[in-house]
Amino acid sequence: MGQKMLMKGNEAIAEAAIQAGCRFFFGYPITPQNQIPEYMSKRMPKVEGGCFLQAESEVAAINMVYGAAGAGARVMTSSSSPGISLKQEGISYIVGAELPCVIVNMVRGGPGLGSIQPAQSDYYQSTRGGGHGDYRMLVLAPSSVQEAVELTQQAFDLADKYRNPVLVMGDGLIGQMMEPVEMPEYVKPELPEKTWAATGWKPGCGRERAVINSLYIDPSVLEQHNRKLFAKYAVMEREECRWQEEMTDDADFVIVAYGTTARIARSAMRKLRDKGIKAGLIRPITLWPFPNAPIQKAAEHAKAFLTVEMSMGQMVDDVRLAVNGKKPVEFYGRTGGIVPTVREIVEQIENMAKEAK
Amino acid sequence: MEAQFLIAGFGGQGVLLIGQLLAKAAMHDGMNVSWMPSYGPEMRGGEANCAVVISDEPIGSPLVTEPPIAVIMNKPSMLKFAPTMEQGGLMLYNSSLIDIEPDRKDITAVAIDCNGIAEKLGNARTANMVMLGAIIQRTGVISIDSAMEALKATFGPKKEHLLPINRAAMEAGAEAAK
Repeated sequence: MGQKMLMKGNEAIAEAAIQAGCRFFFGYPITPQNQIPEYMSKRMPKVEGGCFLQAESEVAAINMVYGAAGAGARVMTSSSSPGISLKQEGISYIVGAELPCVIVNMVRGGPGLGSIQPAQSDYYQSTRGGGHGDYRMLVLAPSSVQEAVELTQQAFDLADKYRNPVLVMGDGLIGQMMEPVEMPEYVKPELPEKTWAATGWKPGCGRERAVINSLYIDPSVLEQHNRKLFAKYAVMEREECRWQEEMTDDADFVIVAYGTTARIARSAMRKLRDKGIKAGLIRPITLWPFPNAPIQKAAEHAKAFLTVEMSMGQMVDDVRLAVNGKKPVEFYGRTGGIVPTVREIVEQIENMAKEAK
Repeated sequence: MEAQFLIAGFGGQGVLLIGQLLAKAAMHDGMNVSWMPSYGPEMRGGEANCAVVISDEPIGSPLVTEPPIAVIMNKPSMLKFAPTMEQGGLMLYNSSLIDIEPDRKDITAVAIDCNGIAEKLGNARTANMVMLGAIIQRTGVISIDSAMEALKATFGPKKEHLLPINRAAMEAGAEAAK
């Protein structure tokens, strides 16, 4: 660990990516993630082998990512909700071609151009694939600037490990906020060699031509390919689930929240404990794969769950699937760029506590 | 201990810097801190504000919607944020540019002639540091020394010669807030 610095989430993510060996960044401006490309444009030219390119559109940027990833490079793009929608076609191709890359989404209010303020309304899009076809992406949701740094670095390793894009999903607040950061010293884990990368084939170079492609005309071959992808996803579900639990052991009321909302829910939980209400918090860190285990465990003894999101209710579906009808699952959300307050969450749980009596 | 600040003015007055210095200094003092700017389709000379939270606990929301401490550098910010303040809160306002008093009887309001004091010291651009001195005097969350350390790190070697005038501005602001 280095020295503590006060950094903006967006800038910290960009620096963390470079530290983790990201040498190609392709992007297109959109609020509230602009400090990522801005930082990259300043820093990348000073890094050996570093390339920053502002593309002519989001569609172009994600296809540049496709190209660099196909050549075996560590590559990243970032955007915010409407821009991420534009990238979906490319993301689907990248998954189909089994290429690793990191995509950052600093989510803003939607639908459409929406607002530029923080939101979490891209949960469905992020966790259900997003583009066309049957696929998944690992989705990492930091709730502090420090965690954004750590998860960004891990995202590159996970992408390489599984040959699949990894999405870091923040929101306007995580991107814009400054917090103390200790930049960890990045140590690359042991990862499979990128023997599949298209790095320039010459006759007699001793290997097969590398073909980067997502087209499988023969249905039986495509079905086989899809089964292979889903075997990978099964491993991810088994091995990559991450979450944080606080005070769930004796909790009557369990709040489930991620990212920015989890910070506020944590303050609410403490306030409720002060008032004598046994509240707990489960914070999914991976949104996909979704951490079912701690929720199932809490459903054994908790009276009810409250999912809090900056949306009209998306993750709540996954919480309900995990709880599987055992206990009531309530929802509280603010949307359009409005962040829920501690007071609002406390009131929700107090009402639930009254009803449970 | 948790201190929440809302610092508002117009772009160019250095309100974001006041917040960053508060946060940086408190961070070096070992506290948890967050700094959150208003962001949006802003323009030069338009409104600017930031929220700073300093705490010995992990920080929940970095937003400050009902400020217990408001630092107000211009009149539109006074009109906008005085009604949102917490009961019993503390407002420090720049009386050089604000010719009214806050329309609240349940808060403590302290007028600081930031621009006037800065001009007397010979550098009108240090009006924000006058205000930072007043904040330090009234809240005690950080010291002038730690604010100066944070400013030194922010300025870098190129602007080091500006440190003495900024210190003088902070000290004058602290004196005015006594």
